[in-house]
Amino acid sequence: MANVIKLRKGLDINLQGKAAKKFVDVKPSETYGLVPDGFYGMKPKVVVREGDEVKAGDALFVNKAHPEVNFVSPVSGKVVAVERGDRRKVLSVQVAADAKQVFKDFGKKDVAKMSSDEVLKVLLEGGMFGFFRQRPYDVCANPEDKPKAIFVSAFSDMPLAADFDFVLKGQEADFQTGIDALAKVAKVYLGVKPGADKALADAKNAQVTVFDGPCPAGNVGVQINHVAPINKGEVVWTIGPEEVIFIGRLFNKGQVDFTRVIAIAGSQVNDPAYARVMVGQKIEDILNGKLKKAERHQRIIDGNPFVGTKVSTNDFLRAHTTEVTVIPEGDDVDEAFGWIMPRFNDFSTSRSYLSWLQPKKAYNLDARIKGGERHIIMSGEYDKVLPMDIFGEFLIKAIISGDIDRMEQLGIYEVAPEDFAVAEFIDSSKLELQRIVREGLDMLRKENE
Amino acid sequence: MSAIKKYFDKIRPNFEPEGKLHAFRSFFEGMETFMLVPNATSKSGVSVHDAIDSKRIMSFVVIALIPALLFGMYNVGYQHYLAIGEEAGFWAMFGYGLIAVLPKVVVSYAVGLGIEFTVAQWKHEEIQEGFLVSGMIIPLIVPVNCPLWILAIATAFAVIFAKEIFGGTGMNIFNVALVTRAFLFFSYPSMMSGDKVWVNGDYIDCINGVVNVDAVTAATPLGEAAANQPISASFIDSVTGLIPGCIGETSVIAIAIGAIILLWSGVASWKTMFSVFVGGAVVALLFNAASDNAVAQIPWYEHLTLGGFCFGAVFMATDPVTSARTECGKYIYGLLIGAMAITIRVMNPGYPEGMMLAILLMNAFAPLIDYCVVQGNINKRLKRAAK
Repeated sequence: MANVIKLRKGLDINLQGKAAKKFVDVKPSETYGLVPDGFYGMKPKVVVREGDEVKAGDALFVNKAHPEVNFVSPVSGKVVAVERGDRRKVLSVQVAADAKQVFKDFGKKDVAKMSSDEVLKVLLEGGMFGFFRQRPYDVCANPEDKPKAIFVSAFSDMPLAADFDFVLKGQEADFQTGIDALAKVAKVYLGVKPGADKALADAKNAQVTVFDGPCPAGNVGVQINHVAPINKGEVVWTIGPEEVIFIGRLFNKGQVDFTRVIAIAGSQVNDPAYARVMVGQKIEDILNGKLKKAERHQRIIDGNPFVGTKVSTNDFLRAHTTEVTVIPEGDDVDEAFGWIMPRFNDFSTSRSYLSWLQPKKAYNLDARIKGGERHIIMSGEYDKVLPMDIFGEFLIKAIISGDIDRMEQLGIYEVAPEDFAVAEFIDSSKLELQRIVREGLDMLRKENE
Repeated sequence: MSAIKKYFDKIRPNFEPEGKLHAFRSFFEGMETFMLVPNATSKSGVSVHDAIDSKRIMSFVVIALIPALLFGMYNVGYQHYLAIGEEAGFWAMFGYGLIAVLPKVVVSYAVGLGIEFTVAQWKHEEIQEGFLVSGMIIPLIVPVNCPLWILAIATAFAVIFAKEIFGGTGMNIFNVALVTRAFLFFSYPSMMSGDKVWVNGDYIDCINGVVNVDAVTAATPLGEAAANQPISASFIDSVTGLIPGCIGETSVIAIAIGAIILLWSGVASWKTMFSVFVGGAVVALLFNAASDNAVAQIPWYEHLTLGGFCFGAVFMATDPVTSARTECGKYIYGLLIGAMAITIRVMNPGYPEGMMLAILLMNAFAPLIDYCVVQGNINKRLKRAAK
C-alpha cells in the first residue's frame, strides 16, 4: 500500500472549458519547430544547417555546456530555418516534415539487462536527457551530476490541466519501461493522486506516494518537499510523466516518438477535448477550427493558465507542454468601479466577493491583473497556498532584495517558479512571483557556478 | 460604462508629459483606476488573477470603520447636549456631531491624500491606497476639540515621516494613524488629554457660525481612574459608547460591527485581534489581584471596554503592514500589545491611555518576533542538511 500524504494548503479553482475525455483530430503540420526556450537554463548550439536532411531522432541542437546532451528532431525532413532573435538567440529550429517519416534506429533494448551508464548513454543520444530538469534551480539537468533521486509527478491539478490517467491509457507498458530505465539511474519516486490508475499506483521499481490535497499538490516540488527535501549541495532530477513514456518508447521500439496526448481546453475553445500531437507542432494547426468566434481578444497559452506561456498561432508546441488553453485576453473589458462592485462572475478567495457562495461554479476568467502592483501589504497570503515547509513571503522579500545568504537559508533550492503559481494568483499585491522566483534561482545559479 | 472610458480617453492628453495639466498626472491616474478597473493583462507568470486587490481590501476596512464614525458623530452631539443641560432629539445630536466631526475627516483626507498624490507624481508611481484607511482612522482617534490646524500638521508629519520616507504603503514600520496620534500627544498634550477636550461646548449655528462659550469639562473614565476618582460611567455606557472619549473609540458595539466585517472578509487577522484581548484580560486580572491603585482595580472586562483598547485591537493592531507577519508571531504580537496596554495604563497614571503606546512599541518589535519565528525554520533546514 502506497504511503498517503495529506495536504491542506492550496487552492483548486474551477475554470470553464475543461477538456472532455475524448479525442479530437489534429492534422499533422507541414513544419515542426523545436524551441530551445522550452528547455530552460540551457544554451543551445545548433548542429544542423538550413537544407540538411534529418531523420526523426537526429540532433538539431546540443547543450553548449554539455555537448553530449542531444535535442533531437521530432520528425524526419529538411531543416528549413534556424530562427534567431535578439543577440542571435536561437528561437526555434524548424524542420519541414517528409510525407513518409524515417526514424533513426537506436535498437530495441531490454532495460533490465542494462547498466546505469548504458541507460544514460541511450537517453543522451536519443534526445531524452534534455527533458530532465534538476533541482536546485529548476533548469535542464547536468549529465555529470549524480542525482540523489528522480521525482516524477503523475498528475497535475492546475486549472484546465490534462488528466494524466486519461493520457496514459494504452501506453502503460511504455510508461513502466520508462520508469524501469529511470530506476537504473537513481532511485525513482512517483507521486500519484488518490484513486489513480492501477498502472501508476502499482508501478514497479518506484516508490509510489499518494498526494491528497488541493493544487499545487501535483507539483513535483511540493512532493519533493514532503518526501525527501533537498539540502544544499544535493541534486535531484525531475521529469514529466509523458516524457517517461517517450523514454519507454525509445527502449521498446528503438526509435524516437514524441507523440503526446495534450488537452485543448479553455473557455474560448468550442469543444474542449484531448488530441494526439507532436512536440514541435504548430499551435495554429493544433487549434485550427477549434476556437470560438472571437468576439473579444483571445489569449493562447502554451500550458495552463497558471504556469503557461502566452504564445501566438505561429509558435510551436514546447517540450514540456501538456495542454494548450485559450482564454479571453480581457484588455477590452473596461469594467467600472471594481473595488466596490459585487462582481458575480469573478473568482476570489476573499470573502469581500461572493464566490464563496458558489463553490461549484465554473468561472470564465480573463487575463487581466485586476489591480495595481503594490508592496506586499497583506501577510500570510502565500502561506495559505504553499504546502511546503517554507516561508514564502520572506523568501520573496529576500529575492527582491538580492540577499543570497538569506535565500539559501529560507530554502530557495527546494522551490521552482511553478510552486508559487497559486500564490501569484491570489496575491492582492499583484507581484509577479514566478518571475521573481526565477530571477532568484538564476541569481543563485550564477553565484554558485 | 463606456461613457466614463470615453471621457477619460478624451482628457488623457492633457495629463501626458507635454499636456498642460501634466503636474496632475498622478491624480488623473488615481481617478481613472478608481473608476475603471485597469485593462492591463499579465505579462509573465499566471494568466489569470484573483479579483482581490489592495483597493478592495482598503475599501472594506473603511466600510468597517463607518459604524464607529457614525456612532462617534452621534456621541459628540449627545455629550454636548448632556454637558450644556439641554434636551435634544436624535437628529439634532447627530447633526451637531456631523458638523463637528466632518471637517476633521475632510482635513485628514485632504492633507494625507495631497501628500500621497504629490509623492506619486514625484516618484512616477501609482497612487497607493493605504491612506484611505489611515485617513479615516485619524479623525476617530482624536478628541473632538482638537483644532483642525494641529490635526493637519500631525497628519502631514505622520504621512511624510512614518510612511513616505520608508517607501510608502507596505514599507512603513509604524502605524501611520498612531504616529499622528503620538505626535499630537507629545507635541500638544493639552489638546489631547485632561478634562477640557472631550466635549465640544461650542454652539454651532447655521447663521452665525460657531459661537464660542465657556469650555465644558468632562473626564474620560480612564482619566477619572488615573486621578484616583471613582469612575462615573457605568459598564453599560462604556459598551454602548455614551461616554466622553476620542470620537470613534467609545462604542464597543460599533467597533464590534467593524470587527465582524474585517474578520468575515478576512482582511484582519483573528489571531492578532483575539490575542490582544486575551493579553489585556490576563494582565488586568493579575493587577486586580496584586495592586490597589484605582486603575488596577478596574475589573478586567471593563478594562477591555474603556479607552482605545477595542478600537486599537480591531483596527490598528491588525494593520498587516506593521504587525507581525508570521502566523505564529501574530499570537505573540497580540498578547504583548494587550498586556502592554494594560500595564501602561496601570503603572503610569500620566498616560491614562496605554493602547497607542503599546501598539507603537510592538510595531517596533514585530520584526524581531518574525525574525525569531523564521529563524526556527532556518535552523530546522540547517539541521537537516547537517544530518
